[in-house]
Amino acid sequence: MVNFSPDRSDRLPDPPDPPGPPSPPGRSDPPGPPAVRARDLTVVRGTRTVLRDLRFTVPRGRVTGLLGPSGCGKTTLMRAIAGTQAKVTGTLEVLGRPAGDASLRPRIGYVTQAPSVYGDLTVRQNLEYFAAVLDPGPPRARLRSRGRAPGAAERRRENVARALADVGLASHADALAHTLSGGQRSRVSLAVALLGTPELLVLDEPTVGLDPVLRRDLWRLFHSLAADRGATLLVSSHVMDEAERCDRLLLMREGRVLADGTPDALRARTDSGTVEAAFLRLVDEAGEEDEAREKETAR
Amino acid sequence: MRRGTDAGTDTGTGTDASAHAYTDPRTHAPAPVTAGTDARTDTAGRTRTGADANAGTRPLHPARTAATAARVLRQLGHDPRTIALLLLVPCVMLLLLRYVFDGSPRAFDSIGASLLGVFPLITMFLVTSIATLRERTSGTLERLLAMPLGKADLIAGYALAFGALALLQSALATGLAVWALGLDVTGSAWLLLLVAMLDAVLGTALGLFVSAFAASEFQAVQFMPAVIFPQLLLCGLFAPRPAMHPVLEAVSDVLPMSYAVDGMNEVLRHGDVTAAFVRDVLVVAACALLVLVLGAATLRRRTA
Repeated sequence: MVNFSPDRSDRLPDPPDPPGPPSPPGRSDPPGPPAVRARDLTVVRGTRTVLRDLRFTVPRGRVTGLLGPSGCGKTTLMRAIAGTQAKVTGTLEVLGRPAGDASLRPRIGYVTQAPSVYGDLTVRQNLEYFAAVLDPGPPRARLRSRGRAPGAAERRRENVARALADVGLASHADALAHTLSGGQRSRVSLAVALLGTPELLVLDEPTVGLDPVLRRDLWRLFHSLAADRGATLLVSSHVMDEAERCDRLLLMREGRVLADGTPDALRARTDSGTVEAAFLRLVDEAGEEDEAREKETAR
Repeated sequence: MRRGTDAGTDTGTGTDASAHAYTDPRTHAPAPVTAGTDARTDTAGRTRTGADANAGTRPLHPARTAATAARVLRQLGHDPRTIALLLLVPCVMLLLLRYVFDGSPRAFDSIGASLLGVFPLITMFLVTSIATLRERTSGTLERLLAMPLGKADLIAGYALAFGALALLQSALATGLAVWALGLDVTGSAWLLLLVAMLDAVLGTALGLFVSAFAASEFQAVQFMPAVIFPQLLLCGLFAPRPAMHPVLEAVSDVLPMSYAVDGMNEVLRHGDVTAAFVRDVLVVAACALLVLVLGAATLRRRTA
């Protein structure tokens, strides 16, 4: 298994970090630099500013939930982190590199909301292709690796088998992707992202439309990826009850981060029983602040 | 373990890195956001252009290219009807043509040879433009470009896969025309096959390129008459190019299909490889390469 920590600390420049939002009490973050660090992050799509001056961090080795209503900018933020979003300004650092850096491509697994796999290939063929893109091996590996340590082909076979097992689709490996149900297809898409043992997984609404048992299984998988493989997960959802399953939360609304902390800390801070109630409380507070500011500027 | 491999192989696009240069948070105020955004967008735009220019010249990763070609062929393998249509339709058309010109075998020779060059171009154009459009709309293109896959790997993979299919298609059509339908070629049938192959790659390249401008399958299919038909009219199939209006003749001089058809006619009339044939082949090959590079430039790792 890959050891995730040692080769990272040396890569990081140490920019003077302006004090972020005060860390709420609760489970302490792992030491070391965060997996994602955003400062004044702004994204414009067309004429609309979708994300405005975001400032947050995502700690390493944790499952961070990105929650907010539909259309609040979750997907745009995830695309910016994955490096596929244009017109990103400000600072966005991912695993110690600027987002979108070529060296990040093999280190991040990004799963879009709509499953992006080839419908006219079987599940296994899909995984085999993406595995070959991630780990092509030396061009003539097959000739040279005879009788030596596992070659690229061997590694790919293992990775594909493990990814299939991770998402519980081993029994459907030889089914064409377009014959699968929507939930199964999105798990194939997730399996593709798990292929390369990525350090950061960016998952856009991975549990939407899944039955409760599958959802529970996937959340178990997410936590085991963080605990056992040291991966960092950023998981978006618009369903607030999923928030309780995250180590940390980023609550978003209308292109801004409302709150950043552990579920316990958020509930305690807002004096609410659930994260949903906490979110609503924060929305109301933000609305009042906005009103007050507008009155201020009007004067 | 894999990371080590990739760090060594995925080089050359590091220019993307500067897209998110550090900005001093202290200078950032709400008011100049628009100005700041514009300036940065400009930088990002230039960075992307740089990366794209790179993609054309950057060395291919043979294993990733081969994996992509194999994947495209596997997709086709699950679609036997498309394969059957691709292989049989040109043969049926030639058969039809042979008996349309039943009374004038000379006309069949000339038109038949030209069509041997035109079929692979049209079919590969259609197949590629739809396949690439599907790749864009299904999100797999975005996924691939977020992975350590070079744009050149993707494009070359497509060109290889459809080139292989075109080889099969052209071999069948050429074989049928020359041996069964009595197409009378003076030169070697292998040269016909060579031109047909290059035409197929040109069709793949054009299809890849125009699919970037199509938002739906409807639009992609409409690009066929828009891009292919003018070339078909001007390539010398219907009237010899020197007999056209001088303006049209000049236009036909810059359209690649004219050279494809010229090349076929050279093989038809001359026993040996003529200078004109070499020129035709080089022009078609150069056009295919140019359009492939243009196609690579339409692939954006970052999109709005």
